[in-house]
Amino acid sequence: MRVMLMRTCLADHVAPGVAKATIRVLERLGVSVTVPKAQTCCGQPGWSAGHPDQARTVARQALKVFAGTDPVVVPSGSCAAMLTHGYADLFAGEDEEDAARDLAARTFELTQFIHQNGLTPAAAGDAPATVTYHDSCHMLRLLRERDSPRAVIAGAGVELLEMADTDVCCGFGGAFSITFPEVSGALGEQKARSAADSDAEELVACDLSCLIHIVGRGRRVGVPLRARHIAELLDR
Amino acid sequence: MTTGVSYDEGPPLRARTAAAVADEQLRANLQATAASWTTGREKMRDAFGFDQMRERAREIRRGNIRQLPELLDRLEERVRANGGIVYRAADRDAAAKYVVDLAQARGAKLVAKSKSMATEEIKLNEALGEAGVRVVETDLGEWILQLSGQRPSHIIAPAVHLNRTEIAELFRAESGEDIPDEREALVAYARRRLRAEFAAAEIGVSGVNLGVADTGTLCVMENEGNARLVTALPRIHVAMMGAERVVADWDEAAHILQLLPMAAIGDDASTYVNLITGPRREGETDGPEELHLVILDGGRMALRGTEFEEALDCIRCGACLYSCPMWRTVGGQAYGSPYSGPIGAVITPLLEGVSSPRGSELPFLSSLCGACHDACPVGIPLHDLLVKIRGAVSTPAHRRARLGARVWAAMWRRPWAYRIGVAMTRGGLRMLGRKGWIGRLPGPAGRWTSQRDLPARWPPPR
Repeated sequence: MRVMLMRTCLADHVAPGVAKATIRVLERLGVSVTVPKAQTCCGQPGWSAGHPDQARTVARQALKVFAGTDPVVVPSGSCAAMLTHGYADLFAGEDEEDAARDLAARTFELTQFIHQNGLTPAAAGDAPATVTYHDSCHMLRLLRERDSPRAVIAGAGVELLEMADTDVCCGFGGAFSITFPEVSGALGEQKARSAADSDAEELVACDLSCLIHIVGRGRRVGVPLRARHIAELLDR
Repeated sequence: MTTGVSYDEGPPLRARTAAAVADEQLRANLQATAASWTTGREKMRDAFGFDQMRERAREIRRGNIRQLPELLDRLEERVRANGGIVYRAADRDAAAKYVVDLAQARGAKLVAKSKSMATEEIKLNEALGEAGVRVVETDLGEWILQLSGQRPSHIIAPAVHLNRTEIAELFRAESGEDIPDEREALVAYARRRLRAEFAAAEIGVSGVNLGVADTGTLCVMENEGNARLVTALPRIHVAMMGAERVVADWDEAAHILQLLPMAAIGDDASTYVNLITGPRREGETDGPEELHLVILDGGRMALRGTEFEEALDCIRCGACLYSCPMWRTVGGQAYGSPYSGPIGAVITPLLEGVSSPRGSELPFLSSLCGACHDACPVGIPLHDLLVKIRGAVSTPAHRRARLGARVWAAMWRRPWAYRIGVAMTRGGLRMLGRKGWIGRLPGPAGRWTSQRDLPARWPPPR
């Protein structure tokens, strides 16, 4: 099996280890991974901030880079949802409409890809015995993925301790986090406290953006959390 | 008595949300009410197959909006045939003027109102107040707000941001009596005060949940019995209806009327459903002598056929508010619009203009989490509408932001320029975050670190 990896712009900028972990996880499962060099971003930051024309410019680069027939695997529910859900609106009536629909049909979030293909990655050597899982919004409500990450965590032999309100937004929300920082911060604090109260050793999510926000807010308000991206939980 | 507080004054939106976040009591009240709604919704889903009912409701409302002009014509014709008077108001001012003119023509001094968001939208209380007509709100929540000079914080539960203790304080101040903090005592006081007003009012003003085109029936749901009094006791009844609130027949009406309380209050019925088909007829002992139906366009009809059309499907249940993490955190008043929460952030710009002062701000007060779409009983994709509306905003501030977006797009469409940006960011993080965490960033990024530390490495140092 061969796939293309979309590293995500956020991982590129602040956590390149997440993309590297994703490659290792997939390769150990016997999946051959190519990483298109010219990739940048899916365009979501511009799209959700209300700049569709500029988002389309950036998204066209993604369409070009990920052309072909191989599945595209993304270690982010939100970026994956931009491709599978957002591109339909972004490219409606444009020349690339068909290309966008084709890309959407072969795009998978990492755990979605693993689960749908019946793969079972083991846990990382330094993985904790217990984790709690944050349902990131686009993963849950646009990809409708509640089960895949949980199946992958269970399959790796890690115990999942569910936190309260795991399906409530952490308050990151892209540009929202700096447009309304106080509201965003209040929601992040609630999420950090829920995660801490789960008594799990670490917080895990499929979206790096949520994790950076939750952990950073937790640290600011005296709720220190250990956290890792789901790819890093599986990266032995 | 205060008739209203202007939405158009006060601090900017971000400052209002920040103040609301700092109000611990407010947040506790909002969280409690949202939690109780969530429990009710789960009960409805398991007991009545809410999710299947929702699909049927979506079909009904999509069909209603497609046939809206015909349905409104039929409704108008039937209401007239039943002896009612129909006025089509093109905008907010025309709707308010109609009621004011009517009050003056009939020499009315007192108007009793039951809950109606459309009258909030047209600022009817202010218009009547300026014309020297006293208005009394008879919905308990609305009356509480009228006493305290506040605006509704929720579409169907306007005073939901206040708790019992706060309400008791308000009643004691109003009455000079020693009223205890008990539900029964508070309700008893309100009932005693309000009954006298019902008897004296010449005009009753209500909202309309649904108009049924086939029979010209106006449906008004409520839990307190005040709407029944408002629509039956005064000599004149004025029903204020948003132009989108019409269904074709009783099959459709029955479905929506059943679903509405499930979505709104997590219960399978409301206490009262008033079905009003014309004014008092010959030989009848009660009901108003005159029935006026005001159908408010106010920007609604122009949304048909646009990418925003689905916003018209809304049946104003308020479920999206309860489901919304933003609303649960700041409450409805911070929005500064009669319509708050996700649907408020959608229809305020659509009715007032995407570049109007509040219409251009509210669509951004959302993390786009999509909980509103799941909560909506008619399946409006509110999160998608928010993104589309954001894209349509064209204020000077948004155009300045778009310049930034242009630079972003010019860089990120080119892999080499993108890689330079990545290298600079990583270098910056290494430089600023030698200890592993960054507590303060310069420039606009400072808004990030105003609330959070930024891990300079990932996974963050332990």
